[in-house]
Amino acid sequence: MSQSENCPLLEKMRRIEAIKITKAVAELVRQASFFLRKDVLSALIKSYTAEKNRQAKSILKAILDNAAYARKHKLAICQDTGLPVVFIQIGQDVSVRGDLKVAVNKGIDEGYRKYYLRNSIVGDPLQRGKPGFSPCIMHTDIVKGNKIKLTLLPKGFGCENKSQLRMFKPTASIEEIKEFIIKAVKEAGHDACPPYVVGVGIGGTADYAGLMAKKALLRKIASGSSNLEKDLLKRINKTGIGPMGLGGMNTALAVHIQTHPTHIAGLPVSVNISCHALRSASVIL
Amino acid sequence: MKINTPLDLNMIKSLKAGQELFLNGTIYTARDQAHKRLVEAIKAGKNLPIELKESVIYYCGPAQTPKSGVIGSCGPTTSSRMDAFTPLLLAKGLKAMIGKGARSKEVKAAIKKYKGIYFVTYAGCGALLAKCVKKSEIVAYGDLGPEAILKLEVKDFPLIVAIDANGGTIYG
Repeated sequence: MSQSENCPLLEKMRRIEAIKITKAVAELVRQASFFLRKDVLSALIKSYTAEKNRQAKSILKAILDNAAYARKHKLAICQDTGLPVVFIQIGQDVSVRGDLKVAVNKGIDEGYRKYYLRNSIVGDPLQRGKPGFSPCIMHTDIVKGNKIKLTLLPKGFGCENKSQLRMFKPTASIEEIKEFIIKAVKEAGHDACPPYVVGVGIGGTADYAGLMAKKALLRKIASGSSNLEKDLLKRINKTGIGPMGLGGMNTALAVHIQTHPTHIAGLPVSVNISCHALRSASVIL
Repeated sequence: MKINTPLDLNMIKSLKAGQELFLNGTIYTARDQAHKRLVEAIKAGKNLPIELKESVIYYCGPAQTPKSGVIGSCGPTTSSRMDAFTPLLLAKGLKAMIGKGARSKEVKAAIKKYKGIYFVTYAGCGALLAKCVKKSEIVAYGDLGPEAILKLEVKDFPLIVAIDANGGTIYG
């Protein structure tokens, strides 16, 4: 007698084999590492067309050529193939046959090895040691339905190093918050491969603001910016940092903000910057 | 303009911040952990696994080498993480560095003192830069994986002078 016959609750559960998840994750590794996101590519083309500074324009051209070369020759867009961050939305009516977390990390290992990506993950943050491909960072969320959505964001660490968090007073003005975000971009400066995509999380708790800032990078560029986002983008592009920090009018491609209810005593704001090689891929099983 | 290794030291002195050039010759990759080890070895009076005199160091940890290729994607990493180690390496003969992003005041002063040079190359363009690498071999610290020191032969490797031998800089 199978388990589902014993348990009426399990009868309506859709089963997904763990191996299917492993295969899907390995495929996401390929997609994200070799093929620059279409919205990112469009934003870079737009920047290239608009840029007036000669050196900045030639750098934007190299960035576009790089994406085309990577796609054609199956090479990683950037040698920093990131710390893989995997967002998993699990439908509440799904039953995974096997170990979900093991399956995801297996997919990361298989994909990174198969596609000659970089082993950038050290097993111990203090002892360091020889790097491997995993473990990835996993964020799981239970949602309605009987499907699983997997999203891979291989996050380069040149830009991850520029992340910031500030716990503002609840009486802080919008201008103070804007200045903090712009300052975070200025501090990333030349280092983290501009033009950037700037992810911002406002509200929740310290950890949740950080997660929102990262999730904001997954939003499609040019998908209905708010006035706050538009104003920040305009001001960031006036800093003159420019592509590779050598000047120009394209310091950021987009500013994406996510907000969440928060406590009467606080106002957490987190900034998570992405380099121009913003890579991610998703699949629904 | 093209430059070759071994570097012509007089020519290096004449280069100005902002100038664009192409490099041909031999460069060594070294990033965080390799820098730490090199500096520890110097301080302990031990022999170094590479000749620093008049050398070019590239801040890079490439992706793995594909089956039919010479090297994987191999763009520059953030130079400022190497700042604490750089003045000593310059004192011991290092001449040129290739990376991305700005450097500390101390590094700028050491570049001026030892008549070295700091270049940047196309950041986040590792696939394109892999095209310029004609030969690659591990010469030290293989246990560090992508942070090992590699000896690379490069052709027409694109550079922009970011800090010149007179302390001129593109960073204002």
